[in-house]
Amino acid sequence: MSTRTITIEVLRYRPEQDQEPFFQSYTVPCDEDWVVLDALNYIKDELDRTLSYRWSCHMFVCGSCGIVVDGEPKLGCKAFVKDYGDKIRVEPLGNFPIERDLVVVIDDFIEKLESVNPYLIPKEEKSIDDGEYLQTPAQLKAFKQYSMCINCLLCYSACPQYGLDPSFVGPAALALAHRYNMDSRDVGRKAREDVVASHEGIWECSFVGACSQVCPKDVDPAGAIQQTKITSAIDYVTSFLPGGNR
Amino acid sequence: MARSSKAIPWLLFAGGGTVTAFILPVMILITGLFALFGVFSGALSYETMQAFVGNWLIKIILFGILFLTLWHAAHRLRVVAHDFGIRADTGVAIVVYGLAAVGTVATVIALLSV
Ligand code: SF4
Repeated sequence: MSTRTITIEVLRYRPEQDQEPFFQSYTVPCDEDWVVLDALNYIKDELDRTLSYRWSCHMFVCGSCGIVVDGEPKLGCKAFVKDYGDKIRVEPLGNFPIERDLVVVIDDFIEKLESVNPYLIPKEEKSIDDGEYLQTPAQLKAFKQYSMCINCLLCYSACPQYGLDPSFVGPAALALAHRYNMDSRDVGRKAREDVVASHEGIWECSFVGACSQVCPKDVDPAGAIQQTKITSAIDYVTSFLPGGNR
Repeated sequence: MARSSKAIPWLLFAGGGTVTAFILPVMILITGLFALFGVFSGALSYETMQAFVGNWLIKIILFGILFLTLWHAAHRLRVVAHDFGIRADTGVAIVVYGLAAVGTVATVIALLSV
């Protein structure tokens, strides 16, 4: 297997000793089938044990190795070094505060995720003896794509609206709200609507579409938000009609 | 959080987007370029057009097209201002929707005077 020597420039920041973030270069002999995460692991194991970054599964399931590679939000485990030049720049996800090196503080996202009630709210609780909630393949298809989200936050890093206004609920949380709204077993749309249909919710989105471009799981959060805009706009208008609920 | 009234301009924006994308280019081609270069000069003569626009159904259709296009443009400008980081959203909304409202009134007056 051939190797290529690649310079990896990593944005470093250790709050206890660095005034501000700076780039540190490492020379890494990369196998041709390596991903950027492999190169980071090589640095950590062989060159510099002080480097901090998150990762777990190495197979784009866990969503923890989100980084910015040459300016584009990527999963470290899905960015193949063969697709890049001899110098690769690695930075933490944008739009989040840096905790340390490539590790960012994601508390803001967790709060927003919780605010949209991202779980099934069934009409009535069934006991296990009552059996499963059955769904047709068509009912499954209505939400399946939106359930593939791994909370990697590449979409928040790519979203210019979130960058401009951090109060924006953001792509993944809104896509997940849509995922449950579209689920035939769920009746929780009203409970989510106060956050989803607020100024900070879907209406902050100006349909740039960057979230859907960078999403490694083809969730298409931008599409989810547009669909939600249609139902929420109809809701808003009909709420003024007799019998409409506000 | 309160539900946002942006739903209303967005509906006009979405409807207007369709009109702007599909119909406006054709309108510009016919009334702008064809009329300018004398293509179909008979059909596009002042008298024929005046009779055409004098029809109530045509008036209503033209109003629909122009109204939606104006509100689409207004909302688009509001979003563009937002994208440029102008945070005075209420002020921007008043200005752009105000212009669309003025344009709407002008459209009504123009159509009624034919
Ligand atoms: S929507 Fe896509 S990009 Fe955003 S967090 Fe989920 S998987 Fe990641």
